[in-house]
Amino acid sequence: MTAIASPTIVFHKVSLALGGREILNNVSFNIEQGEFVGLLGANGSGKTTLLRAMLGLVPIKQGAISVFDQAPGQSQSPVGYMPQSRSNLNSFHLRGRDFVASVVNGQKFGLPWLGETARAQVDRALELVEAKELSSRALNEMSGGERQRLLLAQALVGDPKLLLLDEPLISLDPGQQRNIVALVKRLQTELKIPVIFSSHELNPLLGSIDRVLYLGKGHAEIGEVKDVITGPVLSRLYGSPIQVYEVNGRIFVMSDSIELEVDAHRHEHHHHHA
Amino acid sequence: MPTAMSTITIMLDYEFMRTAFAAAAVVALLAGPVGYFLVLRGQTFAGHALAHVGFTGATGAVLLGLSPISGLFLLTVLAGLAMGAFGEKLANRDVAIGLVLALALGIGLLFLHFFTGFATQATALLFGNILAVSRQTLVMLLVVSIACILVLAAISRPLLFVSLQPELAEAKGVKARTISTVFLVIVAVATAGAAQIVGVLLVFALMVGPAAAAQRLTLGVIAGLVISAALALAEAWGGLALAYATDWPTSFWITTLSVGVYVASLAVPKAVHR
Repeated sequence: MTAIASPTIVFHKVSLALGGREILNNVSFNIEQGEFVGLLGANGSGKTTLLRAMLGLVPIKQGAISVFDQAPGQSQSPVGYMPQSRSNLNSFHLRGRDFVASVVNGQKFGLPWLGETARAQVDRALELVEAKELSSRALNEMSGGERQRLLLAQALVGDPKLLLLDEPLISLDPGQQRNIVALVKRLQTELKIPVIFSSHELNPLLGSIDRVLYLGKGHAEIGEVKDVITGPVLSRLYGSPIQVYEVNGRIFVMSDSIELEVDAHRHEHHHHHA
Repeated sequence: MPTAMSTITIMLDYEFMRTAFAAAAVVALLAGPVGYFLVLRGQTFAGHALAHVGFTGATGAVLLGLSPISGLFLLTVLAGLAMGAFGEKLANRDVAIGLVLALALGIGLLFLHFFTGFATQATALLFGNILAVSRQTLVMLLVVSIACILVLAAISRPLLFVSLQPELAEAKGVKARTISTVFLVIVAVATAGAAQIVGVLLVFALMVGPAAAAQRLTLGVIAGLVISAALALAEAWGGLALAYATDWPTSFWITTLSVGVYVASLAVPKAVHR
């Protein structure tokens, strides 16, 4: 008899709230071993909160989350986390290697001095993301895509059994976006670990992800792209009529002839002018 | 004509010069590494603020019949704790911090006004008077500096981690608030120490100048800490020697060396970065 592998992540009737605002309401889904899941949804739909809840950083209001059969944050299997990139990364006069190395035993007291095992861990992480040549370069002189690769290397330190990546594509140009998605896809296949990859754009992930987890109005839908990215499902998640068009292998999600993902971008880049 | 060696020997024949060199070394070797983290964290303004608050403490202590140095240390440390407690709420409050600074200096001036015939001591507090450091003060500086260096060494790894990657550090269980507060207390002590050498207005010269230059000269963390300490020491000693040779104020020479070294570090080509 072969043991049936239990899912990596189980959300059972989970409700999450942040500062009194409801983020998720009674959401259930499983993420299986070795899956590549795209986490989609508009800005403010709770993608980051969901990832942080899997790390045990957000209190669960109702229901239960388990990660490797344990409560979030309690699991013995290491979880690699890549937080959303912050703009202040380009102020650090620091070589890439030291930036990646800062996560090694970073929670323990002592000098930031690396032993042999720790150095090997950093080397391996840098190799995995093809960033050896970034190790001696200054963080403040790197491109957005190069910095994202180092953030990914940080998430890979310590051989994680699960990767949670928060918006790795943010503020990257299309070429760099393709490179990052291809890199993550390769890592996921090579390391045989599940990856949850949040993004507010679906198209760069098409063809790489196994399933999509779409958040909207406190609800979530999980499934293959063809089953979730449909007019009826998205209309329910957005609470307004949504049309989905496919043109040349790209998917456009429209609400009243406004493209939603593009609009989400526009909103982000322009709101400080308002 | 006296040789350089004999000039140094004559200079060190004076007990006050020996004490001054020792005090400068003790303070510089603390200010350098503390400043490195201060610059890395973008918190140099906090160092400036603590120094100003220290002025109020010193003048207030004199008014109460205590030694200025006790009030200086007490109030900077309390202010450091308060900054740590307010945490991120204070992070982007330039106006609030600026006003508190102005008020601190204003109240300090009021205290001076009540304590007539205090002009020399006021100048010493504002611009430093390293040649007047007593043996007793030197021993006190030595003890607090060693204590601070030890604590800084102990927290340096988590401090580096939260400085570079706060979200990831939080996910790995680093108590960011505690680490930041402990660091600010160390900054407070280093500031009060540096004020003994260069005065509250010129603390930047020892805390920020060497650290900023060190980050231009190296991209490594450990190397940065070492270079920052070495530059602080060289600038403090160099300032003392030049003051002895010219009879100009020590603080003038230390600030000049500090700014000069930083400007020179800007000219170092990128290729030299290691």
